[in-house]
Amino acid sequence: MKNSSPFLRGRQTAEEILEPRPMAKLRRRVFKNHSFLIGAVILISIILIALLAPLFSPHDPYDQDLARRLMNPFWHDKKTNDLYLLGTDKVGRDYLSRLIYGAQISLLIGFLTILISGTIGTALGVVAGYFGGRVDMVVNFIINTRLAMPVFLVAMAAVVAFGASLHVVIMVLGLFLWDRFAVVMRSITMQARDLDYVKAARAIGCSTPYIIIREIFPNVLSSLTVVATVEMANAILLEAALSFLGFGVQAPTPSWGLMLNEGREYMFFSPWLLALPGTGLFLLVLAINLFGDGLRDVTLERER
Amino acid sequence: MKQENALEAVNVSCVFRINQGLLKGSKPLVAVNGVSLQIQKGKVVGLVGESGCGKSTLANILLGLQRPTSGDVLYSGKTATGFSNRHIARRIQPIFQDPYSSLNVTKTVKSIISLPLRIHKIGDAASWDSKVNEMLDLVGLPKRVAESYPSQLSGGQRQRVAIARALIMRPEVVICDEPTSALDVSVQSQILNLLQDLRLELGLTYLMISHNLAVVEHMADRVAVMYLGRIVEEAESAVLFKEPKHPYTRALLSSVLTPDPRLGVPDTQLGTIFPNPIDPPTGCSFHPRCASRIDICSQKMPAPHLEKQHMAECHLFSK
Repeated sequence: MKNSSPFLRGRQTAEEILEPRPMAKLRRRVFKNHSFLIGAVILISIILIALLAPLFSPHDPYDQDLARRLMNPFWHDKKTNDLYLLGTDKVGRDYLSRLIYGAQISLLIGFLTILISGTIGTALGVVAGYFGGRVDMVVNFIINTRLAMPVFLVAMAAVVAFGASLHVVIMVLGLFLWDRFAVVMRSITMQARDLDYVKAARAIGCSTPYIIIREIFPNVLSSLTVVATVEMANAILLEAALSFLGFGVQAPTPSWGLMLNEGREYMFFSPWLLALPGTGLFLLVLAINLFGDGLRDVTLERER
Repeated sequence: MKQENALEAVNVSCVFRINQGLLKGSKPLVAVNGVSLQIQKGKVVGLVGESGCGKSTLANILLGLQRPTSGDVLYSGKTATGFSNRHIARRIQPIFQDPYSSLNVTKTVKSIISLPLRIHKIGDAASWDSKVNEMLDLVGLPKRVAESYPSQLSGGQRQRVAIARALIMRPEVVICDEPTSALDVSVQSQILNLLQDLRLELGLTYLMISHNLAVVEHMADRVAVMYLGRIVEEAESAVLFKEPKHPYTRALLSSVLTPDPRLGVPDTQLGTIFPNPIDPPTGCSFHPRCASRIDICSQKMPAPHLEKQHMAECHLFSK
C-alpha cells in the first residue's frame, strides 16, 4: 500500500470511506426492526383512516334511526348487513362510521395533549437540567406538586367547574401529563450539559438560549420522541377512561371510551358493541407503543 | 527584554462551596489558590500536575467560563472586567481532551467548524464555506469531510475538527487541555506536530495542560508545576527538566515510565494519597508526601523563591 505517500496523509482510510452514510444506516436499521415496522404500519393506517374519515365511513356517524337499531355485524347475520358492515348501535347509528370518527377523536386528543404537555414538560426539564442548583430545586418542587395531584380527581373537578367537553379533556390532560417529560428531559439535559461540546460552545461565546435550543436540544430530541409516544398512548387511554365514566367527551360525539360506556348494557347480547371500540383502543395504543420503542432503538444508536 | 504577555493570571483564586449535607452546611474547596501565571506572546507554556490539582479550573478561569473568586485575568495586559464572554472568545479558544464529547454529534463537521463565525457574525454564508474549506486544509482533512458527521470520523480526525473550530477565528491564545491524552499513541504525535506547525504558521500562543511530561517537554518553552491549587515551580522547560528544584517536580520527573520493562514501575516515594482539597494539610500543602521535608514544612507556608527566572515554592530554597 502507498499509505506512506504524502498524498495520502490526513486522508481517510478505506474503512471510513466504506462506512455508509448515516441515512443509509438508519434505513437499514428501520427495516431490521420488525416491531417498529408493525407499529408504524398500524399507526399510519389509523392516522390515514382518521384523516380521510369522510371517504372511508359509509354513513353519517350521527344519523340515528330506531328502526335499524342494534343490527348485527356481518359475521352474525348474513342478510341485513350489506349497508352496515359492523352493525348499528342502540339508536341505529352505523358502528363502522362511529369507529372511524372515534379514531379522529382519540388521535386528536393524543396529539394535542402531547403538544401541550410536551412543551411544558420539556421547557421545565431542560431548564432544570441545564441550570441545576436553585432552579432545579424549584422545578423539582413543581414536579412533586404535580405528582401529588391525581389526574382523575382533577379532571372530575374541572368537569364540574367548566362542564364536560372535548376542550376541557384536552386542557386537563395537557396540563397534567407533563411530569414524565420534565423528569426525563431534566436527567438527559444534565448529562448533555457536562459534555465538552457545551463548554466549547460557551467558550465560543454562544448565548445560553442558543446553547440550550441549538446545541443541547437536538441531542435530547430522540428521547423526547420516545417519551412523547408513551405519553400519547397514556393520554388516549385516559381520555377513553374519562369518557367511559362520563367525565370526558359527551354524547353524541363518537369517542371510543364513550362507545364502550354506551354498549355496556348490551354486553351479553351484543358483545361487539364493546369488543369493537375496545379492539380499536388496543390496536392504537399497541401501535403507538411499538412505534415508540422501535423509534428509540432506531434513533438512539445514531449517536455513537 | 520585557516581552508582552498575551495572557496573564494575577493572584487568581477560585473557591467552590461544597455541600456536606442538609444540616452540616457547606465547606470551602480552594481549587485554585493565588495563582499567578504569565503566558508570553508566541510562547508555549506547559502546565503539569496531578488530577484534581486545579489545572482545569484554572483553564476555565482563563477562558472566562468560570469567574475567579479573587484575582484578575489580564488579556494582552488589559483586565478582564468589562470584557464580555464574546470578547474573550475571540482572543482565547480551547481544545479539549476528549474529541468524542467535544463535538456535537447532531451537527455536520461544516456546521461545527463554522459555528464561531456564525455566532460572531463574521462574513456571510458564502465566505463561511470557503473559510471552512481553508481550515480543513490547514488541519490536514480532506474537503469532503465537511458534510460528514463526527460519528463517521476517527478520534484523530475529530481532534483535527476541534482544532479547526478553535482556530477559525484566529485567536491569540489557545488553551489545550490535555489535547492528546484521549487519542491513540500513534495519533498523538501527529496532533502534537500539527499543533506545533499551526503555532509557527499562525503565530499562536499555547497553554498546554497535561499530565504527560513527555508532551510538555516536547512542546513547551516554559513549564509550571501545579500542586493542590498552587503553582509550586515554574521555569524554562529545559531548566526544569534538567535540574528540578521542588521535591514534587523531582518526584513527577522520576515517575516517567521507561520503555524497558525490566526496570518496573518507578518509585516516586509519593505514596498513593492525594490530600483532600476540602481539608488541606497545614503549612506547605505537599509536606505529608515530601521525601525531604524539614520541621518548618508542617507549620509555615513556603514563600515563592525566585532565582534566574526559576521559581520554586519550597522551604529548602527560601532559607
